[in-house]
Amino acid sequence: MNTMEMIRVNNLNKSFGNLQVLKDINLTVKEREVVVLVGASGSGKSTLLRCLNFLELKNSGHIIIDGERIEQNTHDLNTIRKKIGMVFQHFNLFPHMTVLQNIIEAPTHVKRKSKQQAVSEGKVLLGKVGLGDKLHVYPSTLSGGQQQRVAIARALAMNPKVMLFDEPTSALDPELVGEVLGTIKELAKEGMTMVIVTHEMGFAREVADWVIYMHEGRIVEAGTPKEVFDYPQELRTQAFLSSVL
Amino acid sequence: MEGLWITIKLSVVSLIIALIIGLFFAILKISNIRILKWVADAYIWIVRGTPLIVQIFILYYGLTDLLLIPMFWAGVAGLAFHSGAYIAEIIRGAIQSIDKGQIEAGRSLGMSSGLTIRRIVLPQAIRRAIPSLGNQFIIGIKDSSLISFIGMQDLFGVASTMGSNSFDYLPYFITVAIYYLIIVLILTYFVNITEKKLAKSD
Ligand SMILES: Nc1ncnc2c1ncn2[C@@H]1O[C@H](COP(=O)(O)OP(=O)(O)OP(=O)(O)O)[C@@H](O)[C@H]1O
Ligand SMILES: [Mg+2]
Repeated sequence: MNTMEMIRVNNLNKSFGNLQVLKDINLTVKEREVVVLVGASGSGKSTLLRCLNFLELKNSGHIIIDGERIEQNTHDLNTIRKKIGMVFQHFNLFPHMTVLQNIIEAPTHVKRKSKQQAVSEGKVLLGKVGLGDKLHVYPSTLSGGQQQRVAIARALAMNPKVMLFDEPTSALDPELVGEVLGTIKELAKEGMTMVIVTHEMGFAREVADWVIYMHEGRIVEAGTPKEVFDYPQELRTQAFLSSVL
Repeated sequence: MEGLWITIKLSVVSLIIALIIGLFFAILKISNIRILKWVADAYIWIVRGTPLIVQIFILYYGLTDLLLIPMFWAGVAGLAFHSGAYIAEIIRGAIQSIDKGQIEAGRSLGMSSGLTIRRIVLPQAIRRAIPSLGNQFIIGIKDSSLISFIGMQDLFGVASTMGSNSFDYLPYFITVAIYYLIIVLILTYFVNITEKKLAKSD
């Protein structure tokens, strides 16, 4: 079986007003691959990730998701987003809902699953992220690490084909980072296709099939973790790595 | 006692309608459609820029003369028209205070913008608005006394009538004041309870 291209980005450009944030981005993510985006603050990592699920709309270029070229003015973006889970730096759980209600919200209201089915699937997912005993509490009573694991389960509840992570551990106390990275590694093992923005270089080395280094809106260097971390070709990559390692 | 009942009925009905009007115009104001925003702005501008008593009279004469609507409902219309604008502003403010990340989380799950507003943003916004809404309800109850000027026998209207019959106004108006104080006390109590209940989830 040949591996499918899950995401393909061709010549993507994105500006905010006069500020061009993404410059001619080309990128391919195949099924079951894990791609890690690294780069300095402001280099456009979040913007690229958000273009992939159309939270930001591109100015030009093509985005092909699961073999389908998506045009933002003709496609129903809600349908596309069902295929793409996203996990945010600040979790963005729904504070007025319990953990379980957070999980079943989209399956019942978007996918129109029966409540019964959504609940039983949600319980399985929460068990998987180690929170099977927290079904009926509100997010505010959980630690940051637990909240982020709920957020991961919430995204997974839609059965996405791709998961996007935007600095999932940056808002966490250091002692809570491990549990969230552990959950993501677990997903990688199961073959989930993922694009991850992170500053955790050790984790990136471990989990990534490909590492992409971005600088001022461009992809400057891309390769296996070994290539990028151990033998960076570009001066800018070398400078960045020596600043973070 | 009859007057008290009318005041309560008038306040409750007009505030429920005002809540619906307020929600509606708050949503118009945050919509991306310019004409709808203008409509909401115009409504709020008119209410803010004219005295309540003038609004009551215009709606009263307009509705009873032209449309033959009963006095009670004309009064309700005047009060609801007025409170609705303030409630719209309160709800709009609360909606805009909700973290943008909440909307993004909803959209990233494939929820439409309407569904996201209804299921994610509004429930949180209403919770956040409850103290201000309670305040506006209190103002609304007190303002309802102006309805006596179109001839309704609410608390204030009854006191005026009885006062002028006996030529001894003071005892009646003091009684009226006490009634209002008790109503406001009870409402405040319920607002506080609701606030505490909802605070648990935040
Ligand atoms: N909505 C927006 N409006 C205007 N400018 C924006 C907006 N979002 C991002 N930018 C700008 O785009 C540039 C890239 O931002 P982006 O958030 O993609 O960077 P990043 O690589 O994710 O940085 P960080 O590591 O700090 O999260 C920055 O200069 C930022 O100020
Ligand atoms: Mg970012």
